Amino acid sequence: MRSLRPTLFKAAMTFLGWAVALLLFFPILWTVLTSFKSEVEAIAFPPAFWPSGWTLENYFEVQERSEYFGHFLNSVALSLGSTVIGMLIAIPAAWSMAFQPAASTRHVLMWMLSTKMMPAVGALVPVFLIFKSAGLLDTLPGITLIVLVGNLPIMVWMLYTYFKEIPADILEACRMDGATVWKELVHVLLPMSLPGVASTMLLNIILAWNEAFWTLSLTAVKAAPLSAFIASYSSPQGLFWAKLSAASTLAIVPILIIGWISQKQLVRGLTFGAVK
Amino acid sequence: MSGYRMKRAARLALAPSVALLIVGMIVPLATTLWLSFRYYNLMNPALGGFAGLSNYEFFLTDPAFAQAIVNTILLVGGVLAITVAGGILLGLLFDQPMWGRGMARLLVIAPFFVMPTVSALVWKNMLMHPGYGIFAWVAMKLGLSPVEWLSNHPLLSIILIVAWQWLPFATLIFLTALQSLDHEQQEAARMDGAGPLDRLVYIILPHLGRAITVVILMETIFILAIFAEIFVTTSGGPGYASTNLPYLIYVQALMQFDVGAASAGAIIAVVLANIVAIFAIRLAGRNLTA
Repeated sequence: MRSLRPTLFKAAMTFLGWAVALLLFFPILWTVLTSFKSEVEAIAFPPAFWPSGWTLENYFEVQERSEYFGHFLNSVALSLGSTVIGMLIAIPAAWSMAFQPAASTRHVLMWMLSTKMMPAVGALVPVFLIFKSAGLLDTLPGITLIVLVGNLPIMVWMLYTYFKEIPADILEACRMDGATVWKELVHVLLPMSLPGVASTMLLNIILAWNEAFWTLSLTAVKAAPLSAFIASYSSPQGLFWAKLSAASTLAIVPILIIGWISQKQLVRGLTFGAVK
Repeated sequence: MSGYRMKRAARLALAPSVALLIVGMIVPLATTLWLSFRYYNLMNPALGGFAGLSNYEFFLTDPAFAQAIVNTILLVGGVLAITVAGGILLGLLFDQPMWGRGMARLLVIAPFFVMPTVSALVWKNMLMHPGYGIFAWVAMKLGLSPVEWLSNHPLLSIILIVAWQWLPFATLIFLTALQSLDHEQQEAARMDGAGPLDRLVYIILPHLGRAITVVILMETIFILAIFAEIFVTTSGGPGYASTNLPYLIYVQALMQFDVGAASAGAIIAVVLANIVAIFAIRLAGRNLTA
């Protein structure tokens, strides 16, 4: 009897936990299922849960109508581009503040954090005007640059907290052996902090992929990544739920997988190291 | 390498980041401030010059502004209430032993990774549609009449969509915090006869205090800036019923082309966000010395 109680408790928790989890996951599951239905079945009422004749037609049609793949590639270029260039800029900065701190380091870190706290809308008007006159509106370099600047503080902060966990003595020792700063960075620091570097990159890929303020206001046809392209489905013509679902499924699945891989580091990144 | 040259290398390494943030953030912000005191309308280039505080006066006395402020506060408050309370409950639930717990957790955090435009459109059409949506079907099953979510309760609808997106974030943080709870202390309290409710009030909630602060501050910063969800669902309407401050500024700048007034609005938004940010930055700063 005594051993039965924990089992019963566990069974109850399992039931409750899975019920809640499936409820919260339902909109995503529903989107994926609807993407395999015909348009008629997608708006059937009462709703048809399982697609009766699983079809890939929506996926093909989304591509044919709107060059979907082009927007997908824009998303890939935007998230990888802003992350890789951002890391090249952020790693030296984080190294500098973690291992060669100056009196001003604390203030610099705080200031960087404060720029992230500033609402993007505060910079919208000048950025829009500058982009307009520089011909950067609706271009990949333009949108990549602005997303990169927006996420740079998070990259520097995250890397800084990871670098701080590496004992300075180790870097000191290899410098005694005559290693240059460059060698110290590439051969000692980066390999030692590889998990941190990797999770910083993953978090930034997620943030850039899902970025929707700048992409909606600065891109239109050519450079629009998926986050902006999907918005064109807000003014529908005719039957479109199945196609909306197909476009949405392709847009969320890659990043969902990355998100699941990096969930632990995500907490740390999004709270600027306040919760580990 | 000498200490001096090392220091120089360190400054050099930091410079690009600082320069980029100054050019990309501080210069635009300063420009916004400057523009907020100018007459500047893209549709009427003849109009120009120093405007004094008239842009602020225009923006602040616009009836849409008062409503946008109220909506912004309701949006932040509503989402916080749902996600903090719900996040604590879910954090406690998924801290219990259960079969397939890892998998269930993955399902719970999934909504956080869905891009805002997708989640808003999926909710608007496939869930909240009064004719064919799932909610209408559930209402029918319960013998109720379907709710016209986005036309009759636009702000509530957006609160629900945003809360769905941010509940995983709160849950994840509370779960992380709960896992660092001292289980021996819990066990000792249990031995001393403390019931589950006592343990919740006297041990667990105090332990979560810091995590709660973090969730409130971080979510506030992001939810003050909500834009895409409104853009693709209600376009701020009907009327201004679901217009928040960022959306109002966007409309002013890129649809009515009144750069001066939009800039004044943006400065007001920055000031509001800063009130919250000061606390957030202090909190993060405390970790720096640790």
